Formats: sequence, structure tokens, C-alpha cells
Amino acid sequence: MEPLSWTGSFGSTLIPALVIAAAVFLAGVILQLIMGFFAPEVKLQANADGTLQSRGGLIGQLERLNGQIFSLIVLLLAAIIVVSWFMPYGKAGILGEIIKRFLPVWIALIVTFLLSITFKRKLGLYGKLFDSTIGMIGFALVMFWVFTSIFVGVFDMIATHDPLQQISGLKNKTPGISVPDGQDADFFPHYLLGGDNLARDIFSRMVHGSVIVMIIAPLATVFAFMVGITLGLPAGYYGGKLDTILSFLANLILAFPVILLFYLLVTPEIVETGLPNYMAAFLFIFPLIFFGVLINSRYKTQGSKNTLYLALILIPLAFIYLSAISEPNSPLQIWPAALDLFSINSGILVVFVSVVFVNSPTVFRIVRGLALDIKTRDYVAAAQTRGEGTWYIMLWEILPNARGPLIVDFCLRIGYTTILLGTLGFFGLGLPPESPDWGSTINEGRKLLLIYAHPALPPAMALLSLVLGLNLLADGLREESLKD
Amino acid sequence: MGLFILRRLGVMLLTALCLTFIVFWLTNLYPKLEVLAKTQGNFRMSDEAVVSYLDNRGYTQSLPTKYGQWLGVVPGYVIDGSDGETRAKCAGNVAPTEDTPRFCGIIQGNWGFSTVAKDDVANVLPVRLGNTGKLMFWVMAVMVPGALIIGVLAGMREGSRTDRSLSTVSIVATATPEYVSGVILIAVFATPLFGMQYFKGTATSAMDDITFNNFFLPVITIALYGMGYIARMTRASMTEVMTAQYVRTARLKGVSFPNIVMKHALRNALIAPFTVIMLQVPWLLNGVVIVETLFNYKGFGWELVRAASNNDIEMLLGVSVISVIVVLTTQLISDIGYVFLNPRIRIS
Repeated sequence: MEPLSWTGSFGSTLIPALVIAAAVFLAGVILQLIMGFFAPEVKLQANADGTLQSRGGLIGQLERLNGQIFSLIVLLLAAIIVVSWFMPYGKAGILGEIIKRFLPVWIALIVTFLLSITFKRKLGLYGKLFDSTIGMIGFALVMFWVFTSIFVGVFDMIATHDPLQQISGLKNKTPGISVPDGQDADFFPHYLLGGDNLARDIFSRMVHGSVIVMIIAPLATVFAFMVGITLGLPAGYYGGKLDTILSFLANLILAFPVILLFYLLVTPEIVETGLPNYMAAFLFIFPLIFFGVLINSRYKTQGSKNTLYLALILIPLAFIYLSAISEPNSPLQIWPAALDLFSINSGILVVFVSVVFVNSPTVFRIVRGLALDIKTRDYVAAAQTRGEGTWYIMLWEILPNARGPLIVDFCLRIGYTTILLGTLGFFGLGLPPESPDWGSTINEGRKLLLIYAHPALPPAMALLSLVLGLNLLADGLREESLKD
Repeated sequence: MGLFILRRLGVMLLTALCLTFIVFWLTNLYPKLEVLAKTQGNFRMSDEAVVSYLDNRGYTQSLPTKYGQWLGVVPGYVIDGSDGETRAKCAGNVAPTEDTPRFCGIIQGNWGFSTVAKDDVANVLPVRLGNTGKLMFWVMAVMVPGALIIGVLAGMREGSRTDRSLSTVSIVATATPEYVSGVILIAVFATPLFGMQYFKGTATSAMDDITFNNFFLPVITIALYGMGYIARMTRASMTEVMTAQYVRTARLKGVSFPNIVMKHALRNALIAPFTVIMLQVPWLLNGVVIVETLFNYKGFGWELVRAASNNDIEMLLGVSVISVIVVLTTQLISDIGYVFLNPRIRIS
């Protein structure tokens, strides 16, 4: 097989058109920016037919023109995606082939967007997201990686090679290199983004990395929120000594430089002492406490219902909890092996625990601040007058009213957790060195960065796009939730 | 005010004690000491040899005793070792003489001995801190004015096209961690891959001689990440000020727009960013560690990584003492500065 070029047969038609359109668009945006400083302020002008018109003249025309060019760019991109799918293998170049590999993701994205935009008025805050361009772009980026991780992790679809498969002769080879003859015939014939310094396929490693990030980052954020909410609500609501002690502890953890903490906690010697298992036993108990108190505070006057709901939620949770913390060869083997549903790799456990540990104090501070603010509201006073229990007030009166800022922070925090995971990988801590997660692959790639730059770039761009998507999504959500 | 600062200093001291104790505890766990003994002695030591090695050098004393000795409130150990040698902490692990002091901890100014650098911590750290200081100076010089200009321009007219473009730029900057932007910048500007090999990909030579060529990439890598965040905070505070009543009054009086921004809004809008910049310093510390590792610049962050990966206990403690002091001092400065800059807030 011939090596692939970047653009294949698009090289003479669609790609130059796209580049020119993008350049014109960029120039237009910069021109607008400069003109914006000198142009008069936006004035609304009432027309005779009762409509309002904003800002005519040169800058208005430029704005309209730029909008059209932007639609043209989107159309061109769509055309490249569609056309490349109908081209025979190898004709569409590296870009075309990568687009083809992601086909299930495109379909899933289009279906999600069509459904969401059709029913957006019935979907609450989620539906309102589709009113803001920034929010939509962010959502698309995030869902792109969510779908990628599902299709890779569950259906094993997008990746071209096994992430650990080494093919001799492809070490550090540039993108588009073809697999040499004489290899297993089942192999995908090219390394789309080249080979890394152990001759593994970079593209496959990148998409496999998304699975690890997509499992750990949201889950760790959920746990951090459980800890932060369960401790932050009483600290803000009661105040006093409890607040002083908890705030001091939170500030203590926050005063630690994150990387120093990671270097101290995430080492094989610490895993040997069993400290991560104890920390897991402590941190993982918070979801149980949270849901237990949540249900009990609401239904405690209705005895049988209360018992039923508690049993329904707490028994499975307790099962998962005990399976998660009890590991063979660890000091906390308290649960019979026959009932142990799953066991977590000790490297992943220590990474997970330390990321939760670093994130929870910040969530605690946010929740505490919100609780301090909301507890002075009238509906809280009304609930107190009705004689509701304090936990009922905290969990069923204060928490639902704090949901807006918490949802926004949740998005931002998943992004931050992704960055932390990448930091751990970058210093080679925790996860095994052959793991395809983005941080570890960046770390692998940076060692030879000045000689071979291509292995480090795809995971870096992947991480950047995911975190950027989460930030844009949070920005869109914040904007839309403020409009109420 | 005096009482407020005094109370904050008390909390600071308590925090510093707690943090150093945690670091002390985590570095003195037995498996870590075992590794230390094997790297310092030899790798084929038997378990008994490890125990006697650690015994002879005072590592197996109880944790509070060791911590007290490091701090300088408990007399340093003098141990008659099983190998017949007498070692005293205050004499540098040789037999004590007449003028060996009893106490030798951090209070007495003795920072300990680095097992990796084979030198006193007090000799190594100032050099490293000097290097990092140079880096931080240039980062601040690029980051603060850049962030303030972007934030003020964006917040001047909320919702305008300028605002939206600049806000998007700052979101992109906050979403790019240093190890991503550093790798991308090196790949683009320091390798022949894109034909734009303008800068050097390492900053090793910058330790003796800083040039634009070798220092631009590390500085810009750290500055970008912090810039986005400060710019967003400046923008938020600027938009708030621009809707304030005194700005409206000025507009109604017919003051020109540049005058409103420069004379009425700017000074009030810069109070919030000041505290943000101060609180950003601890985050810069993270960036410094990553960038110094990536660009191989032997500063404070590079030393942290080296000490942590070799379990160099006393160096690590020194590093954490300094970083804790930096974090807590900047918090204190930001609190006090906020009070001084904003006459509406008084601490009773």
C-alpha cells in the first residue's frame, strides 16, 4: 500500500476552498473587531412596519457577510464529511479516513442534535442550551468524546488497531504510513496518525484514551460533589464550630500544591501501605450517607414507605461500596471474595481517590457559600416555621435552589478533573505506563518532542478539545440560566 | 486591623505546621524509608541490613520525635550505632564534638541535608528559587498587563462583538493546561514540523543567560493559562462597574466614552482582579512545576519533581515549607489589599 497524504484527492478542490473561506472569515472578524472600537454604539432604529433594526451601514453589512461565510465553512465541512464517505479507501487522504472512522459518532451527534432542537421547548434548561451558539458548540465537542468513548469502549468500533499492538518497522513513523507487507492480512492497512516510539498506532491510542478519561473524570467529579455537598450544607447552615473546623480542613488541603500532593500520594510505596484503600473507604461512604439522609429526611413520617425506599437505594449501594473498597491483598479485606462484584486496579484506585480528595474542598467551599446565602431566604424561614427537620431544609429546600450554579460548576469541574488526570499522566504517576490515557501518551511523546513531534500532538489536541467543550458548555449554561 | 492580621498569622502558622507534619508523615512511611535506605546504601541490602541502616540514622524513632527534631524543639538524636559508629544529627551524622549544638532544626536555621543533591538544602534551594524568580517575573510582566487589557476591552461594552471574541479567546486560554499548550507550542515553534522553527524547545541555557529565543516559550506557556482566568474576572468586574449609577450619571452629563472608561470605571474595576491575581500565584506554582519539567529549566518546580521522585525527605520538606509560605502569604496580601483598595469594606 502507498502511504496516505493528508488530504488525498480533496487536496485540489474542497480543502483549498475551505482554507480560503476560513482565512476570509478570520480577516473579517479581525476587521470587525478593529472597526468596533471606532464605530458608533449600537442603536436600535424603529421601522415603519413596527420592526426593530440594529446598526446599519458598513459594519452591519460586514457582519452579515461574515455570517454567510461562516455558513459556507460549515457547509464545506459537511460536504467533506459526506463526500469522503462515498470515496473508495485511500482516496480521501488521512483526514477523510479519520472522518470515516468516526462515522458512528457523526450519526449519533446528528440524531442527538435533531431530537434536542425539535423538542427544545419541552426540555427545560437542557433545551435552552440550544438557544446559544457557544453552548451548542461546547455540547457538540463534549458529546463527540462521549460518543467516541462509548463506541470504542462498548462496541470496539472506531479504533483501527489494538492500542498495545506493536508493528515492527513503524516506530516513530509519520502520519499516513502504511503497514509493511508480510504482516497479518487482517490489519488496517495504515497508521493514520503515525506510530509512537514503541511502534503503536497513535490514532487508536488516542480514541482508547477517551474511554479512560470518560470513565474516571465524571465519576470522580460526582464523588467530589457528594463529599462537598454532604459536608458543605451543614457547614453553611449551622455555622459555628463545625463550620470553623471543616473550613480549616478544606483550606489546609487547598493550601497544598496539587503536584506535591500527587507526588506524595500516588506512589507504589503508598499503595503498599494501603492508605488509598482507607481513603477510599472514607470517601466512598459519602454517597451512602447522602442518599440515606435524603430519603430519610423526606419520608421519615411515613414509616413503611421510608423503609422500602431506603432498602431499595441503600442495599445496592452498600453492595457496590463493599465490593469497591474490599480488595484481595489489601489491608481492608472485609468482604467475602465470593460476593465481591468487581475489583479495582490499585493504580486506578489511588488516582481516583486522590483526584476526589483534591476536588472536594473546592466543592465544599462553593456549597457552603451557597448555603450561607440561601438560608436567609423566606422559603427557608417558612420551612423552619412549619417545623421541618434541619436535614429536610438543607436537602429539599436549599439544595434544589442551589442547582443552577452547581450544574455550571459541575461542567467546569469535569474539565478540571480531566486536566488533573492529564497532570498525573504527564508526570507518569499512578496509571501504568502503557495505558493509552491522554496524559500518559503526552508524557511518552514529550520525551522525544524535539525530534518527533507528531506522537504528542493528537492526545494534546484531544484533551484540549474536551476541556474546551466543557468550558463552553458551562458558559452557555450559565448564560441561559441567568436569563430566567 | 492589627488584630485581624495577627489572627491570620496565627492560622497561617497552624496551617504550616499541619501541612509540614502531613508531608513528614507521608515521606516517613516505612516502605518509602526502605526505598531510601536501598538507594542510599545499596540495592541488594537484606531486610535486617535495612533496619540497622535506618536505626543507625535515627529514621526509626517515633514520628513526633523525628518531627520535633526536624523542627528544632526536641534535641537532635545521638545514636551509638550497631556498626560501632556514633552519629549525631547536629554533627551531620558523624560523632559529636564539644561545640555540637543540642538542637538543630528548622527554627535554628538548619534546613537539613539533601540526599540527592548531596548538599545542604539551604545551599540548593536559594539557587533554584532564584531561577524560578526570574521565570515568574517575566510571566507576571506578560500575564498581568495582557489579562487586564483583554478584560477591560471585553467588559467595556458587554455583549458586543469585541466582548464575545475576546471572551472566547480567554475561555480557550483557561481550557488549555500548561502541558498541552507547552507541547503544542514546542511542536509548532521549536521543531521543523510546520516550518516555523523560531524558538528553542528547552530553557536549559536560560539559567545562565536569558534571551528572547530561549525564554519566550516557557514564559508564554505559563502566562496563557493564568491570563484567561484573570481576563474573565476583570471582564466580570468591568461589566459590573459599567452598569453602576455613577457611570450612568457621567454618561448623562455627556462625558465622552473614553473618558468614562479611563477616569470613572477603570480604577473601581481593578479592585477585584488584584485579589484574583494574588490568589492565582498558588496556581502558577503548578504551572511552574510542569513547565520547568517540560523545558528542563532547573528551578524550584524541577527540584520538587526530583526530590519527590527520589523521596529526598528534607529537600521535600524544605520545598513544601516554601510553597506553603508562598500560598498563605499571597492569601494574606490579597485579603489586606482588598481592604485597603476598597474603602467600603472595614474589618471590625
